[in-house]
Amino acid sequence: MLIEVKDLAGDFAENKDVAKKLRLNKIMPTLADGEEIVLDFSGVSGTTQSFIHALLSEPIRQFRDVALEKIKYKNCSDVVREVIKTVYEYMQESLDSESYEE
Amino acid sequence: MKVTLSNSDYLRNFDRFISSLDFSDPEHLYIYSHPKWINVHPAVLALIVVMAMRAGKQNVMFENLTATSGSYLDRMGLFEFTHQESPYTIQKKEESGRFIPVTVIKNSTEQSRFITDMIPLLHLPADKTDAIKYTVGELLRNVLEHSESTNGAIVAAQYYKKSNTIRIGICDSGIGIKKSLQQYWASRSKTDIEAIKWAMVPGISGTTRKEGGTEDNAGAGLFFIKSIAQIARSYFMIYSGSGIYKLLLHDKRIEKPRLHPDPDDDRHSERNDAPYLQGALVAIDLSLENKSEFTQLLSAIREVYGRAVRDRKRKKYKEPKFI
Repeated sequence: MLIEVKDLAGDFAENKDVAKKLRLNKIMPTLADGEEIVLDFSGVSGTTQSFIHALLSEPIRQFRDVALEKIKYKNCSDVVREVIKTVYEYMQESLDSESYEE
Repeated sequence: MKVTLSNSDYLRNFDRFISSLDFSDPEHLYIYSHPKWINVHPAVLALIVVMAMRAGKQNVMFENLTATSGSYLDRMGLFEFTHQESPYTIQKKEESGRFIPVTVIKNSTEQSRFITDMIPLLHLPADKTDAIKYTVGELLRNVLEHSESTNGAIVAAQYYKKSNTIRIGICDSGIGIKKSLQQYWASRSKTDIEAIKWAMVPGISGTTRKEGGTEDNAGAGLFFIKSIAQIARSYFMIYSGSGIYKLLLHDKRIEKPRLHPDPDDDRHSERNDAPYLQGALVAIDLSLENKSEFTQLLSAIREVYGRAVRDRKRKKYKEPKFI
């Protein structure tokens, strides 16, 4: 499945409601079917960590390696790339530790 | 309620402005001002609008508004929130661009529209806009998601050519940071200042204790903004309840300031005895002088964020039992 992010989120992807819809309606069902997803960020100059978190954290948490293998990114600006890398990093770091303890 | 506008209400000396605040008698708002010169941060205007909304248009009174520079209040749209008419005559076309009047944002659609529209208003070069869009987007989203404010978020901004800085203020009349952390972090938010600082620790969200956050929240927003401000050598302030945390500028000679996951480790000032503000006020002076690219900045933030999560994880490792 190919998703053109700009068509839904505009040229600066920050609207988490859009991210949530994409996650629930496109990403999760596609991963559940074992299919590949390509997120095309062409025309998107930047994004926020909270947008990418709302888009990807649950797929990574639920589908783990399947999500990491099956979701692919195309035409990312440097900013978009950095933010995706950040979310990938902290999500993978936190996969095995369920809750913060004091 | 009372507020006094002076001739230098900037973040550097914001304490003076704070000490003039009086939130008692919420049904009336009296705005006093310097008779000759008014110079205020957009955060001051955002806060005044929140106070005016609480008091009601009819109950907002300007006292001795005689300074010519007071026309700035008109240009920034303050009189839209008062019954009293502006004593100034301004040409709306003057200084087109360079400022964003006080705006009320109530939902994510309005937020997206605001972010799209604000950059042309500020007339800034494209390569400088990502950090601004990022900062405003995350701060507005914080208010809409966590503050429970019925009035939404109040935002205003001003670009200063001389210092090449954009000053942004965002205010709400919601539950405040302390209350928003209470459900999951009661022991870390006993006071307003404790709560403000805890909210800035990477990975701390008011919606869960789970590492990595929930599907919708990671607890990274304020840490990112503080880090953006720090690298750009900018002031950043959060005021909620009686607490105020203000990130101070690092030495100019330090080319690459170190980012810290713990806000206590940053050069800052704090207090927990400010006049009690119902809600939260966030102010930032974002310097656009910074030579480093926004992507480099994000990369530096990612490293510190990852390290903070790893360190926290390591603390939970069991030690071998040597006997």
